[in-house]
Amino acid sequence: MHHFARLLDALSTHAGRGDKLALMLDYFRATPDPDRGWALAALTDGVPLQVPFRRVLSNLMAQRVDPVLYKLSRDYVGDTAETVALLWPENGGSGRPPSLSEIVQSLQTVNPRALEPTLAKLLDASDGTERWALLKFIGGALRVGVSQRMAKTALAQLGGRDVGEIEEVWHALKPPYVDLFRWLEGHNERPATEGVPVFRPLMLATPIEEQDWPGLAAGDFAAEWKWDGIRVQVAATPQGVRLFSRTGEDISATFPEIAGAFSGRNVTADGELLVLRDGNVQPFNDLQQRLNRKVVAPKLMTDYPAHVRLYDLLFVDGEDLRTLSFEQRRQRLEGWHATAAPRHTDLSQLILFSHFDALTALHIDARAAGIEGLMLKRRASPYLAGRPKGHWFKWKRTALTLDCVLMYAQRGSGKRSSLYSDYTFGVWREGADNQRELVPVGKAYSGFTDAELKQLDGFIRQNTVETFGPVRAVKPELVLEVAFDAVQKSARHKSGVAMRFPRIHRIRWDKPAAEADTLAAIVALI
Amino acid sequence: MPLAETWVYPTTQGLFCAPGNFHIDPLQGADRALITHGHSDHARAGHGHVLATAETIAIMKVRYGEACAGLFQTIRYGELIEINGVVVRYVPAGHILGSAQIVLEWGGTRIVASGDYKRAADPTCQPFEVVPCDVFITEATFALPVFRHGPVGSEVAKLLQSMTRDAGRTHLIGAYGLGKCQRVIKLVRETGYDKPIYLHGAHVGLTRLYQDLGIELGDIRPVSEAAATELQGALVLCPPSALGDRWSRRFGEAVCGFASGWMRVRGRARQRGVELPLVISDHADWPELIDTIVATDAADVWVTHGRDDALVYQLSQMGRRARALSLIGRDEDAE
Repeated sequence: MHHFARLLDALSTHAGRGDKLALMLDYFRATPDPDRGWALAALTDGVPLQVPFRRVLSNLMAQRVDPVLYKLSRDYVGDTAETVALLWPENGGSGRPPSLSEIVQSLQTVNPRALEPTLAKLLDASDGTERWALLKFIGGALRVGVSQRMAKTALAQLGGRDVGEIEEVWHALKPPYVDLFRWLEGHNERPATEGVPVFRPLMLATPIEEQDWPGLAAGDFAAEWKWDGIRVQVAATPQGVRLFSRTGEDISATFPEIAGAFSGRNVTADGELLVLRDGNVQPFNDLQQRLNRKVVAPKLMTDYPAHVRLYDLLFVDGEDLRTLSFEQRRQRLEGWHATAAPRHTDLSQLILFSHFDALTALHIDARAAGIEGLMLKRRASPYLAGRPKGHWFKWKRTALTLDCVLMYAQRGSGKRSSLYSDYTFGVWREGADNQRELVPVGKAYSGFTDAELKQLDGFIRQNTVETFGPVRAVKPELVLEVAFDAVQKSARHKSGVAMRFPRIHRIRWDKPAAEADTLAAIVALI
Repeated sequence: MPLAETWVYPTTQGLFCAPGNFHIDPLQGADRALITHGHSDHARAGHGHVLATAETIAIMKVRYGEACAGLFQTIRYGELIEINGVVVRYVPAGHILGSAQIVLEWGGTRIVASGDYKRAADPTCQPFEVVPCDVFITEATFALPVFRHGPVGSEVAKLLQSMTRDAGRTHLIGAYGLGKCQRVIKLVRETGYDKPIYLHGAHVGLTRLYQDLGIELGDIRPVSEAAATELQGALVLCPPSALGDRWSRRFGEAVCGFASGWMRVRGRARQRGVELPLVISDHADWPELIDTIVATDAADVWVTHGRDDALVYQLSQMGRRARALSLIGRDEDAE
C-alpha cells in the first residue's frame, strides 16, 4: 500500500507523459506479484471489488464528522475520496497499512456487516496520502492523468514488447495479472487467449500526400467513404462479445445493442460506429451523446440508435484471415454478412472507379453528412497492425478555411504552461444599427510551430485587455486563418455554430481584423 | 458595561473603534490606523497616523516608501498606550515578523483583534500569545476541517529530498514574498543547507530587511545577478505568480513547487501545475483556530475573512456566540 500510495501521489503531480511512464515502470520493476498486478488493475479496468462504496463511506464519516462540516469540506475539495482522506482522524499512522493483495483479500472475503469496521481499520493504519490512495484503489476513478493505454505502454516497456502485443492478450487476462508479468519478464510463455474475445491491434491508414499519387495505380486500390464516427472492433466468440475502441478499451457496456447483435457469433470485425436514423448517418455530435457513459438509459438508445458499418473481417469461426489480401477478406466479409446479418450493422460500400480522376470529382463533392472523405485500400494488402506505409490511405476532403480574429487566449499545460497556447477566435456578426461585433466560433491549440507559438504568446501579453484567471482577453487585432473539417449547428455556442477539428492554418500578421470573415459566411457552410 | 459591538464595528474602511477614534488595518487614507502586520491587505499606504511594531513600520517603508504615512508611532510588544481612553496593547501573533494581535480595553471589556495568526513554531517571528478576552476577532483563512497542516519539518525534508534526487534541476519554489519566503529560507538553513539561495527580484527587498532586522538567512542572491550554470540544481524562491510566467523559462526543466497551506488539497496543486506541493502555512489551521478560540475563553467570536461559514457553524455547535464580520478588501488567496 505504501509504495502504491507514493506512486499515485507522484503520478498526480507529474504532468509529463515521460515522467509518468518512468514512475510506473519503476513501480512495476520494484514491486512483487501479486501487488503490482492489483495496482495495474487500479490503473486500467479497476479492481474487481463489490463494495457499496458511497454508502460505506458516508456511514463511516457520519460517525466521525459533523454532516454540515463534511458537506462544506466535500464541496471545497471536490473529490469524495480526498475529502475523506483529509478528514479522517489522524491516529499517528504508526503501523504501515497492509499490502494491496491483503487489502483485496480482506475486502473480498469480509462479511458485509463487518465491511465498515474493516475499512475503518485500514484507514486508521494509514497516513493521509495512503488513505487517499486506498480509497482511490477501492473506489476507482483515480484521476491521476493516466490512461489505460499509458499504463499498458509502461508494461510494454517493462517487457521490451510492443504495446499491441499487450492489447492482444489483455482481454483474456484477469487481475492480478501474474501470468502477464511472468511473460513480460521472460519466465513464461505468452498467456493463452483461445476462445476469449480479445482486441486485435488495428490496421491504420496514413494521410495521402501529393507526392504519393504518381506511385499509385488505380487498379491496385479499392475505395470507400471515410465515415465520421469512431473506429471500433467487434470480437465475438462463444464465450462472449466485446466492442473495443481504437485503443482497445472495452466499450461493450456503452453500446449494449451492438454487443447483443453479435451474441452467438464467432467473428472479429472492424467497422465505424455511427448513429444512424432511417438509414442516414447523423452528425458526429449525435454519437457524442452516447460516448463515455457507464450506464445507458433505454431512451438514449432509441434517441441515438447506434450502428456499425463494417469494413473488414479479421477472424471467422476461429480462422485467422489477417494474412489474406484485402480483396479476399472483403469477399469473406460479404459472404459472412449475407447470411449472418447481425442487427445494427451493414457493410461499407465499395466505390467503383476506373481512374483516380473520377474519385477526385467525388472527393470534392464529399460533403454529405457523416462523410469525412475517402479511404483507399490496396487490394493485395494483408491486415497489418499499426500504420504501415503504402497500404491504406485516408484522403480527407480538403479542409475549409476562414479568417477569424483572436479573442481570448489561455495558458497551456505541462511544457506549455508558461505560454498562451489555447486560442478562442471569432468572426464578425452584423448587429442592430449596422454595428458589428465579434462572436466566438471555435478554439484551437495546434497548427503552429514553436517559433510561431512564442510570437503569438508575445502578441497576447502585449495586447491583453483583461485577465480572468488563466485566460486573457486580447485586443481584436490579430487574424488567424483557421482550417477545419466541417461546421455544425450548436446550441452550446453563442454564435450557434461549432467547427469540427479546427486548427490554426496561418497567422495573418498582415491582415486587418476588420477584413476577417463574417458569421454569415460560416453559416453558409453548414 | 457597554456592548462590544457598540464601540468596535466594521465600517467601509475596516474595523473601527469609536471611543478611540481609530481604525484597525483600514483600507486607505484613515486619520489614525493601528496596523497588525505588514501584509498588503492589512497595511496600506496613505494614513495620517500609524501605530505599529517597529518591524511592521520598517516593512511598510520598504514596500511603500519612507513617507507612506503622515506620522509613525512605534509600539513594543506588551507596552500599554492609551488612545482617547482606550487602552491599547500589542501581543505577538506568530504570523510573520512584527505581526501583532491588538488588545483593546475600554469600559471593563477586552477585545482582541488578532489580525492573522498561527500557532505552529516559526523561527522568523515571536510565537503567538493567548490573551484571555471577552471578544476575540479571528481570521478564518483555513477554517475547514480538511485543513490540518502537519509539521513543517517533513515538508522541508520533502524539498531537500527532491533536490538530492533531481540534483541537476533548478528547484523553483513559489512563496508569498513577505513572511513565507523568509520562513522557508530559514527552515532550509536550519537543516544545514549552506549553498546560496536565489531570489526573484520581487523578494529581494523584504528578505534584505529581514536580514537587517537580525534574522540570519545566510547567502542570499538575486537570480538576475547569477550565471545560468550557477542556477542548475539551485534553490530559487519566487512569487507564486511567477511560476507560470515567462520569467520561469530561464530555468529550463525546473521542478516547480509551491509553499502554501492550500497545497493540502490536491486540486489546488493541480490547478497551479505544481509538481512539488509543500504544505507550509502562516495561518492557523482548523484545530489551531478552534483551540485558540477556546483558550481565549471569549464569550463572543467575530470572524473576519476566509471560510467564516464553517467556523461560525462549528462555534455555535460548541455553544459559543459567533458571527461573521464582512470586512472588505481581504485577500485570502495570498498565502
